[in-house]
Amino acid sequence: MTEKLIYELSRPGRCACFLPKTDVPPADLPSEWVREEAPLLPEVSEVDLVRHYVRLSQLNYGVDTGFYPLGSCTMKYNPKVNEEACRLPGFAQTHPLQPEDTVQGNLKLMYDLQCYLREISGFAAVSLQPAAGAHGEFAGILIMRAYHLDRGDTGRSRILIPDSAHGTNPASTTMSGLEVVQLRSDSRGNVDLDDLRANLDDRVIGMMLTNPNTLGLFDEHLEEVARLVHGAGGLMYGDGANLNALMGIAKPAALGFDVMHFNLHKTFSTPHGGGGPGSGPVGVTEELARFLPGPVVIRTLDEEACTCGPDDEHDEFCYRYELSQPGSSIGRLKAFYGNFGVMVRAYTYIRMLGGAGLRQASEDAVLNANYLQARLKQVYPLPYDRPCMHEFVLEGRLADAPGIRALDISKRLMDYGMHPPTNYFPLIVHEALMIEPTETESKETLDAFVDAMTRIAEEARTQPELLHDAPHTTPVGRLDEVRAAREPRLRWKPPAP
Amino acid sequence: MKVDRASRYTRTHEWVRLEGDEAVSGITDYAQEQLSDIVYVELPAIGEHFGKGEVYGVVESVKAASDNYMPVGGTITAVNESLADEPQQVNTDPYGAGWMIRFRPDDPAEIEQLMDAASYEEYVSSLEGAH
Amino acid sequence: MSYVPHTDADRREMLAAIGVRSVEELFAVVPESVRFPELKLPEPLSEAEVLEELRALSDSNADLDHLACFLGAGAYRHYIPSVVQHVIGRSEFYTAYTPYQPEISQGTLQTIFEYQSMICGLTGMDVSNASHYDGATAMAEAVIMAISVGRGKRRKAVVAPAVHPQYREVVRTYTQGMGVQVVGDEDLTADIGRLAERIDGDTACVIVQVPDFFGGLDSPETLSALADATHRAGALFVVSVDPISLGLLKPPAAYGADIVVGEGQALGLPPSFGGPYLGFFACREEYVRRMAGRLVGETVDAQGRRGYVLTLATREQHIRRERATSNICTNEALCALAASVYLAALGPRGLRQVAELCYHRSHYAAKRIAQVPGFAVLGDRPFFKEFVVRCPIPVEEINAELMEWDILGGYDLGRDYPHLAGHMLLCVTELNTRAQIDDLVMALRIIGEGGGE
Repeated sequence: MTEKLIYELSRPGRCACFLPKTDVPPADLPSEWVREEAPLLPEVSEVDLVRHYVRLSQLNYGVDTGFYPLGSCTMKYNPKVNEEACRLPGFAQTHPLQPEDTVQGNLKLMYDLQCYLREISGFAAVSLQPAAGAHGEFAGILIMRAYHLDRGDTGRSRILIPDSAHGTNPASTTMSGLEVVQLRSDSRGNVDLDDLRANLDDRVIGMMLTNPNTLGLFDEHLEEVARLVHGAGGLMYGDGANLNALMGIAKPAALGFDVMHFNLHKTFSTPHGGGGPGSGPVGVTEELARFLPGPVVIRTLDEEACTCGPDDEHDEFCYRYELSQPGSSIGRLKAFYGNFGVMVRAYTYIRMLGGAGLRQASEDAVLNANYLQARLKQVYPLPYDRPCMHEFVLEGRLADAPGIRALDISKRLMDYGMHPPTNYFPLIVHEALMIEPTETESKETLDAFVDAMTRIAEEARTQPELLHDAPHTTPVGRLDEVRAAREPRLRWKPPAP
Repeated sequence: MKVDRASRYTRTHEWVRLEGDEAVSGITDYAQEQLSDIVYVELPAIGEHFGKGEVYGVVESVKAASDNYMPVGGTITAVNESLADEPQQVNTDPYGAGWMIRFRPDDPAEIEQLMDAASYEEYVSSLEGAH
Repeated sequence: MSYVPHTDADRREMLAAIGVRSVEELFAVVPESVRFPELKLPEPLSEAEVLEELRALSDSNADLDHLACFLGAGAYRHYIPSVVQHVIGRSEFYTAYTPYQPEISQGTLQTIFEYQSMICGLTGMDVSNASHYDGATAMAEAVIMAISVGRGKRRKAVVAPAVHPQYREVVRTYTQGMGVQVVGDEDLTADIGRLAERIDGDTACVIVQVPDFFGGLDSPETLSALADATHRAGALFVVSVDPISLGLLKPPAAYGADIVVGEGQALGLPPSFGGPYLGFFACREEYVRRMAGRLVGETVDAQGRRGYVLTLATREQHIRRERATSNICTNEALCALAASVYLAALGPRGLRQVAELCYHRSHYAAKRIAQVPGFAVLGDRPFFKEFVVRCPIPVEEINAELMEWDILGGYDLGRDYPHLAGHMLLCVTELNTRAQIDDLVMALRIIGEGGGE
């Protein structure tokens, strides 16, 4: 079951769009600028176009298709009201450079979202500008760097990163012109304190820590880690990828972090879109607020609009919202103000859940992960056996099925109609299977997953070829990635005449 | 694992052997096995000089990229251009058709100080044991 | 309500299976002093209530469905065919993650492959990646890639003053830690002819925008000559381009581009107050391994069936970590899908028609505005859909008055170019009818007369 490329459906002369005729006198085209050949684009009718994309959509698997326990990605259900909200004309059909007076609704929404994220995280200030998690990380590292330079401390160039970290952490560090120092994890999955102490000195800008970490474990020495890093003059960066475990459970700022990015597309229910768009706001302590990327939204009392008496409490109509660049900003990280459409979705989610609802979400995310961990550790090795947070990591290998790897188990899961867990990450676990059920899955779904994983373990022993050749029921089987990389074919080319 | 008796070895799994006043180097059979199917090899420019242990190129499989280190200091005189189209030669014939660089060593005697085939085999089995 | 399905009975059973008595016990590892803070957020709302609140916010904005929009400057109002929204609203697309498991992600993978093909078709380049956050970040990544192509030895980026001011800012933000010099735009009045003087052996790339921020087009010969000078110095020529213009105008490959970037919002995405947008990025084949971002390639499965996979991934952060070409992970896949549907719906002839409509209508507008007393259209270069108008009174005042006419006026160039205070950048697309343009002209005439008194 495959679908032709849209170029292969193309026939000269077809078009799927009705355009207006020109109603003005035509101007002379600049002849030296007119392209000689038309751009190589497909020509299809509207019905063919729609069927093509609908058929392609049917080759896909999404959260709306079924269980998606992809570790570290927080594939929770994406509420449909979010989609309706972001398409309201005042949001979708406003230009980013309109006069501020004409977009007070947008600016108020952004201001309120900044406030909500501050309250959830405990940070003093938030910038909504970064477009994704890695973008927020990059902002955070530049902020830490700017903080030290601003103090005249120019000798710092190192960022400490545990070996369990996402690849974006070291990559963002390099992009900031800084050096990565990798730290070991200890036998319980925490940062190895001895290794931390050995690497802490006045060359350290700060430490990047995901907490709970990518093993799904809350670091048992977190307070000590933060104390040590701060003691050496460094700052603590929190990778907010795993915030879904912490809403209403603990505020990252209270845990000792100075900077953190949020993934609105993980924690706050905005969809992943097959790889974006996301949104990666960054939050900081009071001390770092002036370094934030901008503009951010501030509000001022609108003297004209405010009719309050001296003892009245101002309400929302008393304020005017405006864009403002923080005083020592690291600068602008993208054009305009961030992925506004994603912000509207996250705002909607937070408004619907409220504080108690967010805590409920985190509690159930952790409950679901622990339930799966408790049941699955009876079937697969669990390298770090202690209560997890919102996710956990199994080893995808079985003592009595030596030829079976994590990848085989993952591929076989597709035949059971489920999305596989994250494979081979974190790197510190052999044959890692990283499982994050999220809070929106029912007990029945979790039980069905346990059943599937249990049956696969049996199959691994009795019919290993079933796993080696899996998946069997998908539109295509395992694809030849070696061939794709050795002879890259990265676009459609017209057949030779 | 195959070894080439005529070559010397580094702890980072490069082999090197003298051919006249030039040296030839590539990655070992053990290294290619660890990487699995090699899809791309990045090689240096002719005339570039690298010190011992400096990175002169990269070898890539689908899921991993690994640096190639200069076994001893020297100046590149030739690179194996056929690897651009057929990187799999590194998998099938690591000590022959899968060679990567030819260079003029700063001090040919340094090569003699590297591990010989037997010591390298011992070294690799110690790594395997550690797993 | 948290979109959680558990009943109390479910929770009890699950806690029993885990072997704890309460959910709270699972959080024993969290330091007690900070555990379970109260979140002081507004009370939760029902779906009906939240939509009512959001509609009120939305309604408090002046939106482009109710205004005649002559504002561009990097975000554009073009017609979006209905099919675009229909396709990206398929939840099999929008609720999927990055296609790491190709067997169940062929939909996403093939649409990205088709997107890459269309971006190459449009720009004339060999390879396109799967997208960047927006046009500005795509430009910043082009600089980083050019430095990498120069093996880190060239540390200078030469950028034309007529590149979008926010893009130039983003390039500086991105490179602030890398020891890269961004030059060429110190004198904002300098034209493109002066750029070649800034190129030397330390130059990694030269960046221009076509049409430039002022909407103007230098001749293809001028751009080719600059590309040649860039190449002679061993540097890369980076072109940021308006994709709609490529329905009509020569592709950057024709005048020597090595890397082509741009903002793809015009291809089927609403202005959405600045995002999410789409950064497209294409280059010559020889640089593909220095490219940032995801790439999809064609291959086959064991039975010989054609399929698509993420490929050349060793460039990326999840494999190469601190030595990756970029930190980018999540990109703008759904926006790239929207752009593909848009381009497929229009095809080469539809896109040409849109481009010509923009061209003819903007020229009609420029001609009419030039006749309004007190106003003048600047420059003698050809332009595509934007042009600069010198105004008799401050732009901010004109725009405030235009709002009374339900017209969203142009961009105040004095905000970024001090020598262009009192100049407005106007944008006319295929959605601006002759009637709208005539209204604008009439409004300017009246506003101008009022200001002249």
